[in-house]
Amino acid sequence: MIQTDDVKLTELKNFMAEIKKRERSESQLIAILHKAQELYGYLGNDVMDEIAATMNIPTAHIWGVATFYHYFNLKPKGKHVISVCLGTACYVKGAAQILETIKKELKIAIGETTQDRFFTLEETRCLGTCGLAPVMMIDDKVYGNLTSKKVVEILHSLAHEHE
Amino acid sequence: MKKIKITINDKPYEVDDGQTIMQAADKLGFRIPRLCYHPKLSIEGACRVCIVQVEGMRNYVASCAYPVSGGMKIQTNTEEIRQARRDIVELILDNHPEDCHTCERDGVCELQRLAHLTGMRHRHFEGEKKHYDKDLSSSSVVRDPNKCVLCGRCVRLCSEVQNVFALGHAHRGFRTVVVPAYNMPFKDSVCTACGQCINVCPTAAFVEKNFTQELYPKMGDTSLIKIAQVAPSVRAAIGEAFGLEPGRTMELQTVAALRRLGFDYVFDTQFSADLTIMEEASEFLERLQGKGKLPMITSCSSAWMKCVEQFHPDFLENISTCKSPMSMMGAIIRTYFAEKIKKRPEDIVSVAVMCCTAKKYEAARPELMVNGLPGVDMVITTREIAWMIKSAGIDFVNIKGENFDEPLGLSSGAGAIFGTTGGVMEAALRTAYELYTGETLMDIEIQDIRGLKGVKVGKVVMDGKEIRVAVAHGLGNASKLLDEVRRDPNKYHFIEIMGCPGGCVGGGGQPYAGSNSIPLDEECLKKRAEALYGLDRSKTIRRSHQNPDIQRIYKEFLGRPLSATAHRILHTHYQAKKPCGIIPRELQVR
Repeated sequence: MIQTDDVKLTELKNFMAEIKKRERSESQLIAILHKAQELYGYLGNDVMDEIAATMNIPTAHIWGVATFYHYFNLKPKGKHVISVCLGTACYVKGAAQILETIKKELKIAIGETTQDRFFTLEETRCLGTCGLAPVMMIDDKVYGNLTSKKVVEILHSLAHEHE
Repeated sequence: MKKIKITINDKPYEVDDGQTIMQAADKLGFRIPRLCYHPKLSIEGACRVCIVQVEGMRNYVASCAYPVSGGMKIQTNTEEIRQARRDIVELILDNHPEDCHTCERDGVCELQRLAHLTGMRHRHFEGEKKHYDKDLSSSSVVRDPNKCVLCGRCVRLCSEVQNVFALGHAHRGFRTVVVPAYNMPFKDSVCTACGQCINVCPTAAFVEKNFTQELYPKMGDTSLIKIAQVAPSVRAAIGEAFGLEPGRTMELQTVAALRRLGFDYVFDTQFSADLTIMEEASEFLERLQGKGKLPMITSCSSAWMKCVEQFHPDFLENISTCKSPMSMMGAIIRTYFAEKIKKRPEDIVSVAVMCCTAKKYEAARPELMVNGLPGVDMVITTREIAWMIKSAGIDFVNIKGENFDEPLGLSSGAGAIFGTTGGVMEAALRTAYELYTGETLMDIEIQDIRGLKGVKVGKVVMDGKEIRVAVAHGLGNASKLLDEVRRDPNKYHFIEIMGCPGGCVGGGGQPYAGSNSIPLDEECLKKRAEALYGLDRSKTIRRSHQNPDIQRIYKEFLGRPLSATAHRILHTHYQAKKPCGIIPRELQVR
């Protein structure tokens, strides 16, 4: 479902209003940041300003929490998030080469998003599917036994799906 | 208070219950080395420098955070604890730049002193260094995260004492850094430029924007007339930068040193403080008669002005329209004085020697321009001028004192006390009372509004009318006071607010705490304040309106207080600002 920003903001505000009814509501900041990220996909400065004003928490403090946890994204992510496993098994089976191929294909570095906001590239540690090494995840789907050729095909097929 | 028995280093002592090991040890004369601790701030226990051994405890305990208890056996100075403490300091230093000899704080650095104190004579660890760009965006404060040891004193001071919340810790582990929200440039943030982060920083992670190197070429330009003005609290503190005890007044020595540095005229900001009082007291009396909003709030403190514009815009109408004494002096130099010496205003270099970093910000404010020129070209802090004096080889401590130049150098005692919290109010009341009643105010020392209490209140009766006044120093106290006024708008008639704890004597540009002192030490602030009260007592003229040079400038140039000319060059207006990274007001007053 596509939500407009107004709808998202209303939902975030309602969420905060509920939390404000509780004691020591300012200690619920992480829950609020999770909610905001769930709605927007990332934590933008304007959203953090909104949280600061509503929850009475200085923005410098919110920024501290948002940057402390890796889970929070401070920049918008692409439609598809690629996580290449660099765990030991995958690494031995050539994950570095896979990563290089994706970087070259999409012309982005780790942590970056393509200009068309379609792909975001991330690295990750062991995904627990070492039997399929080298592996990567795109969104919540695991792709195993990768080769450079196979990776390019997967990226292309996703891109075509978009068209 | 219940007494308990403890031992420290095998000697028995009886101490009060309910305090930390560090507090108990301090009172017994054991000064355990420390870094992140500051008595005015909450306890963070971040640096672990103050560890001690406690019998029965598996690990060393941070004495700043751990309470004493009956029968506790504490060791502060065994070989083992000395080694552990030294290792901790060494680890703090292992990613610190090794550039002491080119660092602005060389010789006045708390981290240097700590390394020496703990006996670090070798560097065993060679850690990865940090590589951040300096934030040079602010006109007042420079932030250099490479030198930061993450003690967090600035973060706590900015939040707990000033309630500005400009700084926080961001990221984690080795990448932890003290920054404004969103990693935005300082100038765009809620920072009020008060400079207290500089005062509490143990290293050079925060320093003032230094203008000495820009000033030198101007000092060497013979086509320019070089004019300095000196703020009251500079003379009360500058001696400390030369190893003198706090509270030693170095007024005439400062004038002599500035002349030796090459200034053609040395004027006294205390003169323009008297001028401020003439305008401000008259403005207050007008408001009292219904022309304008009450309570009237003072506008001398630059950090306070930025604070009110961004956090308390609902009080903008209450703010006095008077420029600060520094900016009034700048305006008078560019007009009245330039005309007197028959020079073009642009051929004058107007330098203000201030206790303040926020004055650097104020000097650059476009609304304070006079005929297209800034009243003050450059603001130099007490620390910067002390360095210039030392660097020029001037024997400041033994120099023969000289008087300020006429016609902007003579001041009343009221002008002197401007530099301490409560001083502006006291000075204004001395004049307002006499202008209003036509009688002499007998008791001119108003004790209720002196001292270091956060918010002070007092009253005077003028012709049967009770005038209630309040004084706050430090922006946190200011917020509390304003909240009181929001609840009861008629509670006070006149309010003085100073951005820094202690007023200007505690300004962000004052000399660093020496080896036997701590930043923001109340005893030190009291001594500096007492130096100014001493100056006041030593003067025969203690009321601004009796200063003959003030009377003369009104006769020759300004006409009368609040005249059209006075309004044009001595008054201004303030506007609401919305910086990035807002701070909700509710939090301000919590």
